[in-house]
Amino acid sequence: MTASGFGTQFSTFSVGEQFFGIDVLRVQEVLRYQEMTRIPLAPAVTAGLINLRGQIVTTIDMRRRLGLVERPPEQAPMNMVVRTDEGPVSLLVDEIGDVLQPDGGAFEPPPDSLPQSMRELIHGVYKLKDRLLLVLNSEKVLDVSEFLQSRE
Amino acid sequence: MPEQQEIVREFLLESNENLDRLDQDIVELERRPDDKNLIAGIFRTVHTIKGTCGFLGFGRLERVAHQLENILSRLRSGDRQLTPELAALVLRGIDSIREILTAIESTGTEGSGDYDELIHILETAFSEEKAVRQAGPAPRSEPEKNGSAAETAIRVDVVLLDKLMNLVGELVLARNQVLQFNMQNEDGVLNATSQRLDLITTELQESVMKTRMQPIGVVWNKLPRLVRDVAYSCGKQIELEMEGSETELDKTIIEAIKDPLTHLVRNCCSHGIETPTERVRRGKTPAGTVSLRAYHEGGQVNIEISDDGGGIDVALLKQKALEKGLIKAEQAERMTEREGLHLIFLAGLSTARAVTNVCGRGVGMDVVRSNIERIGGVVEVLSRLTAGTTIKLKIPLTLAIIPGLVVTSGGERFVIPQASLLELIRLDGDTAAKIEYVHGTPVCRRRGKLLPIAFLNEVLKLRSHGEAARNIVVLQAEDHQFGLVVDGIKDTQEIVVKPLGKQLKGLAVYAGATIMGDGRVALILDVPGIGEKAAVMDNHREQSRNETQTAAQTLADCERLLLFRAGTFTRVAVPLAVVARLEEFPRSALERAGGRYVVQYRGGILPVLALSSVLEPDTPGEGQVLDPVPVIVFADGARGLGVMVDEIVDIVEEPVQVRERGDRHGLLGSGIVGKLVTDFLDVRAVIESTSRTWLHQGRTGDAPAVLLAEPSPFVRGVLRCELEISGYRVIEAASAAEAMERLRKHKPAVVLAALDLPPQGCAALHDEMRRDPDLAVIPTVGLAASREEAERQRGTLDDCQMKADCSAMLASIQRLAAAVAHPAPVERPVERPAERKDV
Repeated sequence: MTASGFGTQFSTFSVGEQFFGIDVLRVQEVLRYQEMTRIPLAPAVTAGLINLRGQIVTTIDMRRRLGLVERPPEQAPMNMVVRTDEGPVSLLVDEIGDVLQPDGGAFEPPPDSLPQSMRELIHGVYKLKDRLLLVLNSEKVLDVSEFLQSRE
Repeated sequence: MPEQQEIVREFLLESNENLDRLDQDIVELERRPDDKNLIAGIFRTVHTIKGTCGFLGFGRLERVAHQLENILSRLRSGDRQLTPELAALVLRGIDSIREILTAIESTGTEGSGDYDELIHILETAFSEEKAVRQAGPAPRSEPEKNGSAAETAIRVDVVLLDKLMNLVGELVLARNQVLQFNMQNEDGVLNATSQRLDLITTELQESVMKTRMQPIGVVWNKLPRLVRDVAYSCGKQIELEMEGSETELDKTIIEAIKDPLTHLVRNCCSHGIETPTERVRRGKTPAGTVSLRAYHEGGQVNIEISDDGGGIDVALLKQKALEKGLIKAEQAERMTEREGLHLIFLAGLSTARAVTNVCGRGVGMDVVRSNIERIGGVVEVLSRLTAGTTIKLKIPLTLAIIPGLVVTSGGERFVIPQASLLELIRLDGDTAAKIEYVHGTPVCRRRGKLLPIAFLNEVLKLRSHGEAARNIVVLQAEDHQFGLVVDGIKDTQEIVVKPLGKQLKGLAVYAGATIMGDGRVALILDVPGIGEKAAVMDNHREQSRNETQTAAQTLADCERLLLFRAGTFTRVAVPLAVVARLEEFPRSALERAGGRYVVQYRGGILPVLALSSVLEPDTPGEGQVLDPVPVIVFADGARGLGVMVDEIVDIVEEPVQVRERGDRHGLLGSGIVGKLVTDFLDVRAVIESTSRTWLHQGRTGDAPAVLLAEPSPFVRGVLRCELEISGYRVIEAASAAEAMERLRKHKPAVVLAALDLPPQGCAALHDEMRRDPDLAVIPTVGLAASREEAERQRGTLDDCQMKADCSAMLASIQRLAAAVAHPAPVERPVERPAERKDV
C-alpha cells in the first residue's frame, strides 16, 4: 500500500501546529485522555500505560516524539489507538480531526530540506486547500528503540 | 476451498501429534519387541495417516505411509521381529512423513523431496519373503479407542483460550469493583447477588486456567527419540526413565521450557553419560540412565533431570574458565563447590574436548538458565564426580496469574512477584532494624548477617516522598539476596500478568504489568532485573566512592566542620571556613521586614532565614521558633545572612568521606562524619534562595573571576561556595579541555586547578596556558590533596595550596590577582571565622 494511492482515507489529528494523518484502517479507536501509569526509567517519549478494556497499552507522547515543546498541563491530550502486529499502541495527540480522503494528485514526498530525523517519520505531504496534511509513517513513529538505547 | 483447508489443518495437527507418539513407541518397541499392543498401536497410527492422506490426495505421502504400514503389518502378525536396523528404517520412514507434512504446512504441497529410493528400500525390507506374501491386508482395524476421546474432547485454538483468559481477567476486575461497591451498600439483594458473582467468577477463573494446562509429557514425548539418536551417534547406551509425565503446567510455560529441557537432556547424554567401556572401567553397568522426574511442590513444579554419568569436574571447569579469562585466579580460589558448579552457566564455556554436532560449542547452559529465569523459574545443579549430575528446575505453575505483593515507592504502585519474596522488615525509628552504611554502601543487619540494600526509588530514579515509614522487602534473585527499601506495603493479590509492549522491551526492571482493582495499571517488578540494576548502582557507587575517596582525601587533613540540627535533618555539616559567626538571638529580636525575618545586628539589618524553609519547603514549620534561636551567620556586614537552626551540635575536625551527591535542593550531598551519616549544606543554594542578587551585590561587573578546574563535583561545590562568599565569580571546569575552553572565553584573574586534573594533571594545563600568549599571564594555583604534596608542587606553579585550607587559598588568590594587572580584587579582608567563634 502506498501512502500516495488515491482513495486512502486518513484519520487526522494535530500536534502543536502540525496536522497529521494515519491510514484510517490502522486506527483502532480514539479515546479521551485516560489516567496513565508512569513507567520509571522508560524513554520520555513513552508517556505511560493505560488500561484499554483489560489490555495494557503503551502511550507515546507525539509532542515528545516529534521533538516539540511540552503540552501545557491544562490541555488534556487525546489518545489515538493504532493497531500494530504486537497489539495496540496509543499516540497522545493534541486534537483529533476528521477522516479525510485527499486527492492523490496533491501528494508529494517529504521535501528534501526536511531534517533526516523528521523525514523518516512521514511518508509525504498532501497539499490540502488550507493546510498541509503530513502522512505519518506509523511503524517508524512507534519504533522508539533509539530512545531506549540512548538512555543507557 | 476453505473447507478443504480446514480439513488439511486438522489433519496436520493430528498427524504431528501422532508422529510424536510414534517416535516414542518405536523406541519403546526396541526394548519390548514382543509387545503386541504396542505394535498394534503403531500400526494403527500409520494406518490412519495413510488413510487420511489418500483421501486428501497427497500421493507421495500415501506411498511412504503405505510401505511403512506394510512393514508394521508384518511385525504385527509376528512374521518378523524388530531388529535395530528395521527400527532405524521405520524411524527414517517416519522422518520422511514428518518432512512431507512440514512441506504441506508451509507450502500446501508435498514439496520436492524425492522419496522413491526410500520407498524402494522399505519395499524390499523383506524382499526374500516378498514372493511368498504380499503386503498383508490392512484389516479395517477395530473402532479406534481415540474415537471415544473425540467425543469428549475438542480442539480449541490457543488464541481463543488466551482471549478467554483476558476476559476472565476483566471479569475479575469488574467483580472486584462490584464487591467494593457492595461494601458501601446495605442492600440485601445486591449483597447476595454479588456474593454469587464472586463465587462464580472465582470458579470460572480456575476453570479457564485449567483449560490452559497441559501435561509435561507433551514435551517429554520427544525426548526418547532424542536420547536414542544422541546415544547412537556417540556410541553410548542410554536408558531414559520418566516419572510424573502427567504433571500439568500452563501452556505458555510448557512452550518456554521445551528448549531448555531438550538441551539439558542432550547434555546429560553427550557430556554426562560415559561410553560403555569407561562405565565398565568405573564399575558401572554399561548402559547409563537419564531420568526425568516432575512433581508438584508448594505451588511450583519441580523438574529433575539426572544422569548416573561422570559428574561435573569442578576443577576442570575452573581451569577452563580461567583459560578463557571468564574468572580471575583469586576468584577461582575462593569459590565454593556450588559456585564452581554454577560456572557451567557462564557463556562461552564448554568442557567437551571436541566440538561435535551435539555438544562442545559452549552455548547453551547460559541460555537455559536465562530462559528458565525469564519465566520465574530457578535452576539448581547438584553433581558428584564419577557418580552423576542432577539438574533441578523449579518452575511456577502458570505465568498468567501469580500472587504478588503490592508496594509503593515515590508515589507509584508496583507489584513484586511473591515467588521472589523472602520476608518483610519494618524500619521504624526505635526498633532494631535500621539501615547502616559500610563505607557508603547501605546494608541492614538480618539475623546477624549483613544484607545489601537497594532503594527502589533510587533504582527507578523516582522522587523520594519524605520520611514515610519505610519497609525493607527481602528478595531472592538468582544466588543473591537483597533488601529493597520501599515506602509502603499494601497487600498481596492474585494478579494477572500482562506483557509490556515492544516499546518497553529492554527495560529489564519490569516483568510486565497488571491491572489493579481500581482499573489502573501497575508495573510488575522483575526481581533479578532490579537486583542487577541495583548492582549497577553499586558500580556507580563504587565510582562515586572512588570520587569521594579523593574528595575525602583532598578535604581530609584539617577540614573543620560545623555540625548542626535543623528540622528533620539531624546532622548537617557546613565547612567552618564559610561561617562568619555563631549567634543566639532572643526570639523577640526577630522582626519581620519585607516578608521575611530580620534582626538588628551590629548596627545593620541581618536577614534571617529558617533552614527548614529551604530544605523542606513543603512542611509548614517556620512557626516553632526556638527561644533563644541559634543562628549561623554567613559572611557579615551589610551582606550577611543568618540561618536559623534548631541546635548547634558540634565542631569537628576530621576526614570527611562523602558518599554521594544528593539531589535535594540546599544540600551538596551526604557523607560520613564521626562515623555518622551527615548531610552537607549547600550554602550557595541557601543564600540564593533568599536573594538572587545577594552574592553579586555591588560588584556585578568587577567581581574578579576565578576558574576552578577540579574533577570532583563535590569538591567543586564546596570550593565554589567559599570563593563566591569571598566575592569571586567562579567558572567551573571538570577537565583540562573544559578549562582551556572556558579560559579563552572568560579570561579569569586566577586559575585554581587540581593537581590530579584529568587527563594529565595541573602541570599540563599550566604548560598549555603558557604557550598561549593570551593566557600566559594568568597565574595558576595548584590544589593539592595534602600539605606535603602542596609543598612539593609549589615551585612548579605560581602557587600551590591544600584544598582543605581555604584561607590560605583565598590569600594566595588575592595576592596573585593583585600582582597581575587584572581587575583588582575586592578589598575585603579574608577572615578566619573559625577563630572568632562567639558562641
